[in-house]
Amino acid sequence: MSKKIESAYIEGAKKAIASPTLQKSLDNIQDRFGKGAMQLWKELEDQGMRDRVKESRMRTLAHLDIILMELAQKVRKRGGKVFFARTAEEAVAYTLEVAQKNQVKSVVKGKSMTSMEIDIDPALEKAGIEVVETDLGEYIIQLAGDTPSHIIAPCIHMDRHDIGKLFTDKLGIEPTTDPPELTMAARKALREKLLSADMGITGCNLACAETGQIALVSNEGNIRMSTTMPRIHLALMGMERVTATTDEQRETLQLLTRGAALQKLSTYVSFNGGPKKEGDPDGPEEFHLVIIDNGRSKILADLEFRESLACIRCGACLNICPVYGKIGGHAYNSTYPGPIGAVITPLLDGVNKHADLCKGETLCGACLDVCPVKNDLPRMLSALRYKLAYGDNRWNVRQHNVKEAYVYAAWQKAISHSSAYRRMIKTARLLQKPFIGKNNMIKKMAGLASGWTDDRDLPPIAQRTFSEIWDEKYAKRQQQTPAIKEETNNEK
Amino acid sequence: MAGKKVSLFVQCLVDSMFPQAAEAMVSIFQRLQIDFDYPTQQTCCGQPAFNSGYRKDATVAARRFIEIFENEAVIVCPSGSCVHMVRHHYPELFADDPEMLARAKTVGSKTFEFTQYLVDELNLSNIGAEFPGKVTYHDSCHLSRGLQINSQPRTLLRHIKGLEFIEMKDSDTCCGFGGTFAINYPDISTAMVDEKIENILASGAEVVTGCDISCLMNIQGRLSRREENVKVMHIAELLASTAGGQS
Repeated sequence: MSKKIESAYIEGAKKAIASPTLQKSLDNIQDRFGKGAMQLWKELEDQGMRDRVKESRMRTLAHLDIILMELAQKVRKRGGKVFFARTAEEAVAYTLEVAQKNQVKSVVKGKSMTSMEIDIDPALEKAGIEVVETDLGEYIIQLAGDTPSHIIAPCIHMDRHDIGKLFTDKLGIEPTTDPPELTMAARKALREKLLSADMGITGCNLACAETGQIALVSNEGNIRMSTTMPRIHLALMGMERVTATTDEQRETLQLLTRGAALQKLSTYVSFNGGPKKEGDPDGPEEFHLVIIDNGRSKILADLEFRESLACIRCGACLNICPVYGKIGGHAYNSTYPGPIGAVITPLLDGVNKHADLCKGETLCGACLDVCPVKNDLPRMLSALRYKLAYGDNRWNVRQHNVKEAYVYAAWQKAISHSSAYRRMIKTARLLQKPFIGKNNMIKKMAGLASGWTDDRDLPPIAQRTFSEIWDEKYAKRQQQTPAIKEETNNEK
Repeated sequence: MAGKKVSLFVQCLVDSMFPQAAEAMVSIFQRLQIDFDYPTQQTCCGQPAFNSGYRKDATVAARRFIEIFENEAVIVCPSGSCVHMVRHHYPELFADDPEMLARAKTVGSKTFEFTQYLVDELNLSNIGAEFPGKVTYHDSCHLSRGLQINSQPRTLLRHIKGLEFIEMKDSDTCCGFGGTFAINYPDISTAMVDEKIENILASGAEVVTGCDISCLMNIQGRLSRREENVKVMHIAELLASTAGGQS
């Protein structure tokens, strides 16, 4: 009910809505993957799978300290090194230290949202280290100097024409818009980088405490090369991205690839957990696992939001969300866009700072239905709004909109007494008169609710409200009208 | 159906802006010889405040609602989102108050959305309505996803004599209303309702209907601004229609 706030979110949204390329891509991805995932869940043979994985995710979170210690022990046993980073800064500093100690000149990266979250690239580049993204989408984004707009499909805001032009500019290829040709050009450029890199940095889809291995899924094979070709492999892992057992790891990965790309299994599933051993044909000389907190402990400690850490980062909620489907990823101004981003970004980076993410959805519930682990994101968005409404000490939230709070305080008074409420409606009915235009609709409103009439009309308050009609017509009624024939009643 | 009695829970928006939907519901109950009452103390269930985060204010509305309605046997409402509020969010509001929580759950268990009541509780599918025309149906979010009510309104629509029912594409995609969302983020909301309208137009329907007036108000408001020639009617209005017009 506040006056329109021209925030970065709204600006970003407007820009996205005005881009036909983006709108078309968003339509395509949602039509195919969002609806596809919904269909897939319906057809899933093992209907208990999603609940089972959710249960194991929540159980893991409840014992995360023990499971992470077990994971660290197992990785160390395999000859790997483990570093617990409390903050993004600590994770970056450790990564830089490893790179510098090993005279790393060039880094190839496997697709990793966590690496974006801690902003590792600028730090490496500042230290004189070349960083190359090897996921095709991320590579395109990097060449364009852009940021990803989708968790799984980072460059959906660009089409083959944009990419063709970019490759001609940056890779010096002959102008083309043919996807296979463009892919070959990227492949050629990336192969050279992969073969000569000193260090591979990846994320971690899901580690397993039982084995001390991290699992990485990909369809391009670039992640496998990034983890086997360079001398050093360093994996960045959000601290919740772990399972206790291999069974849980397998089931969770099966949901991940289904939710992300409707695949029973991705083309590549790599398990890494330590340097190469004697006799291994390939593999790194050093393996580092950086387990990153960066605000997750605080989420873990709050039972209202712990569920958000059960997320397996498949991106399905982006593919179904009608808001994301219009505004794309950049409007969220966060590493994590879409419904999951709207919940965890405020929690990781400040609720007030990202108030628009808490409030800028319709709570339609599609994200809950499509989520492989049934994360109740609408519930958590609503809980965040509660914190913004009155302020909250635990999450250091200030009251977001004093004017709006007054409106609801007044609303509360009005709805508390039916006579006052009905008087208010009568007054509004009088006040609206000058605003009623043709076909009996209000075309322009002033004040707090004016946003409504920017692009649409509003029906006026009726000449007679139902309660007035009730008083006149029904309150003192005596007789019922006759019933319809019995036979039409029950042919369901 | 004699002997049955329902208590009318009329959404505030229906009361003040779309009384014809409530009147239609009343006329159907009359036709079915179901007795009805309307507790005149009722105002708003608290949903706008709850969805905007103002739970303390919403709790005042919820407590009031429970006090007004808890002695009624059956509560029927021509709005899915209000029923969703009562059934699913009232218990959240009173999670720390065992006594109120129990009362909230009791009220929730006897609160029904209008089409749900007709089809699931009364076992009806044909209530003798007649409406000539092509009609498409919008699945409102809290009705279809929150209350899992998808088939009931369709069953009733398909049994209306003369009515040609046409499914639109993505009928269960949000229309972009979202309460104050439509006011605070009009650009996004309009992009969403425009997509809904494209799907309505593509269906070739003359009338778009649904069980939630808030979504229908959003769709109607945009249709009107775009000067599109599609009529918006609450499902109760269609069900109240008979050969001689609306009963």
